[in-house]
Amino acid sequence: MKIHEYQAKELFKDFAIPVPEGMVAYTKEDTVEIAEKIGYPCVIKAQVHAGGRGKAGGVKLARNRDEALGFAEEIIGMHIKNLQTGAQGKKVRKVLVEKGVNIVNELYLAIIMDREKAMPVVIASSEGGMEIEKVAEEHPDHIFKEYIHPITGLSNFHSIILSFKLGLNKTEQRLFSELVSNLYKLFMEKDASIVEINPLVITDTEELIALDAKVNFDDNALVKHSDIMELRDTDEEDPFEVEASKYKLNYIKLDGNIGCMVNGAGLAMATMDILKYYKGDPANFLDVGGGTSEERIKEAFKILIADKNVKVVFINIFGGIVRTDIVAIGVVNAAKSMNINIPVVILLRGTNEKQGRKIIEESGLNFIAETDFKKAALKSVELSRGDKDVNSCK
Amino acid sequence: MSILVNKDSRIIVQGFTGREGSFHASQMIDYGTNVVGGVTPGKGGQTHLKKPVFNTVEEAVINEGANVSIIFVPAIFAADAILESANAGVELIICISEGIPIKDMTKVKHYLNTTNSRLIGPNCPGVITPNEAKVGIMPAQIHKKGRIGIISRSGTLTYAAVNQISNQGMGQSTSVGIGGDPIIGSDFIDILKLFEKDEETEAVVMIGEIGGSMEEKAAAYIKKYYNKPVVAFISGQTAPPGRRMGHAGAIITGGKGYAKEKMRVLRDNGIHVVENPAEIGSTLKEILKKKF
Repeated sequence: MKIHEYQAKELFKDFAIPVPEGMVAYTKEDTVEIAEKIGYPCVIKAQVHAGGRGKAGGVKLARNRDEALGFAEEIIGMHIKNLQTGAQGKKVRKVLVEKGVNIVNELYLAIIMDREKAMPVVIASSEGGMEIEKVAEEHPDHIFKEYIHPITGLSNFHSIILSFKLGLNKTEQRLFSELVSNLYKLFMEKDASIVEINPLVITDTEELIALDAKVNFDDNALVKHSDIMELRDTDEEDPFEVEASKYKLNYIKLDGNIGCMVNGAGLAMATMDILKYYKGDPANFLDVGGGTSEERIKEAFKILIADKNVKVVFINIFGGIVRTDIVAIGVVNAAKSMNINIPVVILLRGTNEKQGRKIIEESGLNFIAETDFKKAALKSVELSRGDKDVNSCK
Repeated sequence: MSILVNKDSRIIVQGFTGREGSFHASQMIDYGTNVVGGVTPGKGGQTHLKKPVFNTVEEAVINEGANVSIIFVPAIFAADAILESANAGVELIICISEGIPIKDMTKVKHYLNTTNSRLIGPNCPGVITPNEAKVGIMPAQIHKKGRIGIISRSGTLTYAAVNQISNQGMGQSTSVGIGGDPIIGSDFIDILKLFEKDEETEAVVMIGEIGGSMEEKAAAYIKKYYNKPVVAFISGQTAPPGRRMGHAGAIITGGKGYAKEKMRVLRDNGIHVVENPAEIGSTLKEILKKKF
């Protein structure tokens, strides 16, 4: 799960990690009021779950009231686009207004979970304020890593090694060690998957301040952290995805027109892959998961149908944990209660597949039942094309 | 022969009396798997599915000589269940549970390195050696005894692949679901090594997916050390970056973990990469035909 920068900074404060004085604003009036209070120059930063805010013009330095007002008008309501947000981009609904600081030096500091080594790793760089991927490419020798054994945890020497590599002076070293220790505490206590400070700045008053803050959390651990769960901002998510998550459905919206309902993440991805292989276009990734109930199948169906791009639904179920007869009942009941007027191709295999197929066949629904993956995929692609014409005539 | 499990494996079920545990344990027993009992704390001394229930894994090891454990407990208790089995000296621990926090798994992974226990999973469908032992949640009827070894990060996609292989008239020596989490007990290389030594296994099918670099590492290993043909499929060729595709481990981050890159590395190392997931079985058949 992602949170906003201003939320991450609140969390930083709880862990005694220094951040600039600031507040979040939802309107231009509030922006100006906060700016007047904290004084100029101040920084106005778009709060949105997307990278590249600076490049998109979502971060501005205001030197007086007029500039603060002007930038607030500009930033609130703008759309920030990047690879992950898609063509539409993400709308900025709020800004963080922060006191400006006098920067002497910019560093980079992050802790992430390294899956290969199965340990957290502290990453530091003397090249703060740049994209870390770019630094990795251009100056790999300016990136320093310390792996933390999960059983012993962070030790003081880790921070000392890093601070020497970063070339910090004695005061900075002390502040840096303290900060790394607090950041590691946050990372572990809150089950974060990433904590990143870019840049971590050294000011003219010899302070170490987190000028930016990014924190992501391990979704699997959220059940343990109700305080973190409250930070979720569903405005930043696709409305279909929000709806799906209520029913514990793994759904990711894509741009195509073949709605997919699949059990199991691997098979769901492979279903998208085969559609693309046959020049079709999946409308989504949807894993209905293990132990799927009739209710969840119904909800999955509703979400697929609600996507107006969807011209055909391809249901691909291979029963292991989930029994195919249960899926069949869910599909039949959902379809009957919903008046579905687009074609549905259904492929049922695995546990109780005969019973499942029988339920579909006896339902009186006009579903296309297939027994072969290739044929079912080809049929779905064919129908997605045919329907395009029909619909464009409407 | 086969790998990991066979008719002599002495299997216990952790989370035996729970809904999932009961359902799958009874299916395992119906298949003829040598389930010697189960563990549910507080229910020791009872009988469930005509098998003894123990309070702890240790009791099950002492009383029944259990050497394989399968775990069906809820995710928040699963790391503890793995540690308990390892602590009791169980040789093979298969964890089905999905949703274990990654922080818990880092500790489990490093603790296991200090023991002789091998972990398969978590978040996996388990292991099956056809006609001998089904230690997992896979539908039994699609499997056939044979000479193809299967290693997969997926569950249902593995079943689809097994089905294709069986339909092509080939069977499986053992099928191993290694799990879809970012941190898992055994990776492709660990299982490839076992299949290499297994005389019954003639070829291996590897099913990978986006995220991490386990497939790339396996590719280098195969090129250097492997003598058996390997067919691979990577799912997520169409997955957008930065999104977790169902499995906690299936995510492209920081420009790493793309399917395309994995496929390229596998191909460069002499592995047969299948692009169409419906052609895993037929490709395998072609390759084996050419070989003989």
